Amino acid sequence: MAYSEKLIDHYENPRNVGSLDKNDPEVGTGLVGAPACGDVMKLQIRVNDAGVIQDAKFKTFGCGSAIASSSLVTEWVKGKTVDEALTIKNTDVANELNLPPVKIHCSVLAEDAIRAAIADYQKKRGLTPAAEPETVQGDRAELLEKGILKSGL
Amino acid sequence: MNIPIYLDYHSTTPVDPRVLEAMLPTFSRDFGNAASKSHAYGWRAEEAVEAARADVARLIGASPKEIVWTSGATESDNLAIKGAAQFYQEKGKHLVTCKTEHKAVLDSMHALERQGFEVTFLAVEKDGRVDPARVAAALRKDTILVSLMHANNETGVLHPIEEIGRITRQAGVLFHCDAVQSIGKVPFDVERMNADFVSVSAHKMYGPKGVGALYVRRKPRVRLVAQMDGGGHERGFRSGTLNVSGIVGMGKAAQLALAERDAEAVRVHALREKLRLGLLAELDLISLNGSLEHRLPGNLNVSFAYVEGEALMMAIKDVAVSSGSACTSASLEPSYVLRAMGISEDLAHSSIRFGLGRFTTQEEVEFVTRLVVDKVKKLRDMSPLYEMVKEGVDLSRIEWANPH
Repeated sequence: MAYSEKLIDHYENPRNVGSLDKNDPEVGTGLVGAPACGDVMKLQIRVNDAGVIQDAKFKTFGCGSAIASSSLVTEWVKGKTVDEALTIKNTDVANELNLPPVKIHCSVLAEDAIRAAIADYQKKRGLTPAAEPETVQGDRAELLEKGILKSGL
Repeated sequence: MNIPIYLDYHSTTPVDPRVLEAMLPTFSRDFGNAASKSHAYGWRAEEAVEAARADVARLIGASPKEIVWTSGATESDNLAIKGAAQFYQEKGKHLVTCKTEHKAVLDSMHALERQGFEVTFLAVEKDGRVDPARVAAALRKDTILVSLMHANNETGVLHPIEEIGRITRQAGVLFHCDAVQSIGKVPFDVERMNADFVSVSAHKMYGPKGVGALYVRRKPRVRLVAQMDGGGHERGFRSGTLNVSGIVGMGKAAQLALAERDAEAVRVHALREKLRLGLLAELDLISLNGSLEHRLPGNLNVSFAYVEGEALMMAIKDVAVSSGSACTSASLEPSYVLRAMGISEDLAHSSIRFGLGRFTTQEEVEFVTRLVVDKVKKLRDMSPLYEMVKEGVDLSRIEWANPH
């Protein structure tokens, strides 16, 4: 498959790979996708009191497009307010990376990861989530115990 | 080393320089049509075609008269399956194959289903092999043909073809074997296998693309309805001017395979094992797909858990391999071969097929081992699943929402 230069750059030099402390009250975690589909994204954001996303980290199991999409959105959300970050759409991701049609679902997952991370953060802060993610998996007691998934996710 | 290093020998093989040399005169001095009976150009071409026919026949223990030239394995599979079904349909309309066959076989079967034939698609065992007892159990009074491959193109797993051939022969059912991946790599003998039809391809054994053969048994004689009508070439089995250049190349490739196959198998197997053991020594959570014992010497199909196959292929772009990942196909479904073996979807997504062959070197295998180990580690550092597993989360107990 022929990929754009931007996509390959994000894949080969992914930005912001890693994890934030999921128990930190300033951190929101989104985990979307499913292993059977070949894509799982974990996106984490650190939000300050002013509601600005100061840091973002990701880990992704998935194809090159999935990794590049996650890398791109970590760059995009940084420095944005939570409300601004929610305006990022999958089509923005798909256009920026020039995703081939069969890879559009990667950008859908990336948008959903942002929504999931923000929803998690907002719930932690006792706020009503502004948007519910669509593809977050139901968690199990064990996951909650390990703190990988937060209550309500 | 030539970058990218070619480890996709199941997909196709480079033409052996000796094959190319044998072919060259057919593009200039010896350009004749093998069907021209009235002049020396035709006679020379016919002579070359018949010599090649003998070479291919010798490689599989057949008589030259039992070799029909085709355009390749897909045509051979179509001709054997549809041709036999159409010829013997008065006798019965039931056929047997298995779920891990090549699409050329599966889709020929589906085409027959649409014409009113009934097909049993056998399951395979976890190791990728079909149990001969399942074949025996599937046979009915109206079964006319069993079609099973010798070696699988994804996993290199070898079916117990000899046992299956005994069963079909005893039951009086015709046996077609797609032996495209195995011929020239491991011994194949039409008598020992009791095969009635065998599909062979040139470009899988260091010959050119676009030429293949179908073995059609003469004793006891089996029949076919031709799928290509025309000048009645190939004793009416396959009309069309012969691809003399391709056929000469295939003959030379068969000659070389017969002379060098056994020594080559030992060498390639040693390289394959070096790769397999090298990966196992450095990486945890990797699994071999399919039987190790019953496998082509040059095949290694492994799943690197928690790393997606296409992402890994992009990471090791200096190596030409293929993956069972859905992301490498247009359908977004992971490999049906691995799924039929009971391998979970996520491990199918994580599979890589390495195919080693005649021109693979020790140096290349060492380079590939280091590269794959590095990149799998890097991608696992990036994998949320690997992180969760390392933290002790049992992924199988997670309810993943919105599958697909």
